[in-house]
Amino acid sequence: MWFQIILVLALLGIAVYLLRSTPSPRHLAIRRLVMLVGILVGIVVIIWPDLLTVLAQLVGIGRGADLLFYVAIIIGLLYTVNEYKRSVRLARLNTRLAREITLTEARLNDRISELEARLDSGRRDASRSATE
Amino acid sequence: MTLMPDAVDSTCWVVIPLYNEATMIGGVVDELRTRFAHVVCVDDGSSDDSVAVAEAAGARVIRHPHNLGQGAALQTGISYALTHPSAEYIVTFDADGQHRLVDALAMLQRAREEDLAIVFGSRFLDDRTRPGFLKTIVLKTAVAVTNVSTGLTLTDAHNGLRVLRRDAAEGIELNQDRMAHATEIVVQLGRTRLAWAEHPVHVVYTDYSKAKGQSLLNSVNILVDLVIN
Repeated sequence: MWFQIILVLALLGIAVYLLRSTPSPRHLAIRRLVMLVGILVGIVVIIWPDLLTVLAQLVGIGRGADLLFYVAIIIGLLYTVNEYKRSVRLARLNTRLAREITLTEARLNDRISELEARLDSGRRDASRSATE
Repeated sequence: MTLMPDAVDSTCWVVIPLYNEATMIGGVVDELRTRFAHVVCVDDGSSDDSVAVAEAAGARVIRHPHNLGQGAALQTGISYALTHPSAEYIVTFDADGQHRLVDALAMLQRAREEDLAIVFGSRFLDDRTRPGFLKTIVLKTAVAVTNVSTGLTLTDAHNGLRVLRRDAAEGIELNQDRMAHATEIVVQLGRTRLAWAEHPVHVVYTDYSKAKGQSLLNSVNILVDLVIN
């Protein structure tokens, strides 16, 4: 009984954390709704654990705990894939950003040395005309 | 346009990805500078003296803020060369001294004479280059993967010596930061449908370059990178 209360509170805590993170497009809203449904199902299953076993037997898995285990693995995999894709995307953005910095610096240095060369030749001309 | 046999070429930009090659890069740039006015080294966050050595040898060194990978460095160098209108051709060259100037010159000449947009260097067109048994397996696997995914029929996929005409260079945008770029560049060049050829080159395997070269395990990384992206 106590453990059930703790689990429900933990899931509610996750729900609050989820809903309070910064909002953006529809995609995010859908993901949050799915999460919310997941949490509600979680709460129901915690309060009536036998439901899980009924559900498990309905889909051909013996025990409710097994069903929970499989679902957890799938969610874990989904999460990993999502994170991997995200990190690839971020790495690409990072590369593009770093390249822009590199190219900007290079162009700037090219321009500076070009101007310096012009300044030098100007000075040389000036000193030559001064000695004449 | 005709060039004197030994003239310094100012319409071809040499791009060298540079990462911790202080022992070799000086000699490489020195030699290239005897025939090419523009040698660009893209420093990919080296922690040794590579930058100072390359600059002392007369290369234009541009620097990544941190290490991004050879593919990223190559793309940065190509983008930089393309900002200069004088760049008609771009030669990609390795920093570790395994490529030879004479091969680059021959490939460039061939591109000009036969009006080719792309010339790939290949170490398997003749039997001068002798990689070890394991390395041959790695390289041949890379070739097979590249040919299947590109529709081109190359004999050597992961050779860093290439000549790209401006229009070919403009047709690529490398996303693979790490070693898989060598296949990606072939894929993208294949898509441009420009005229290309392979040219036999000699790759100098020293103990130094052997120690730094592709390992069998790394070819697994290359495959995974290509399949997932």
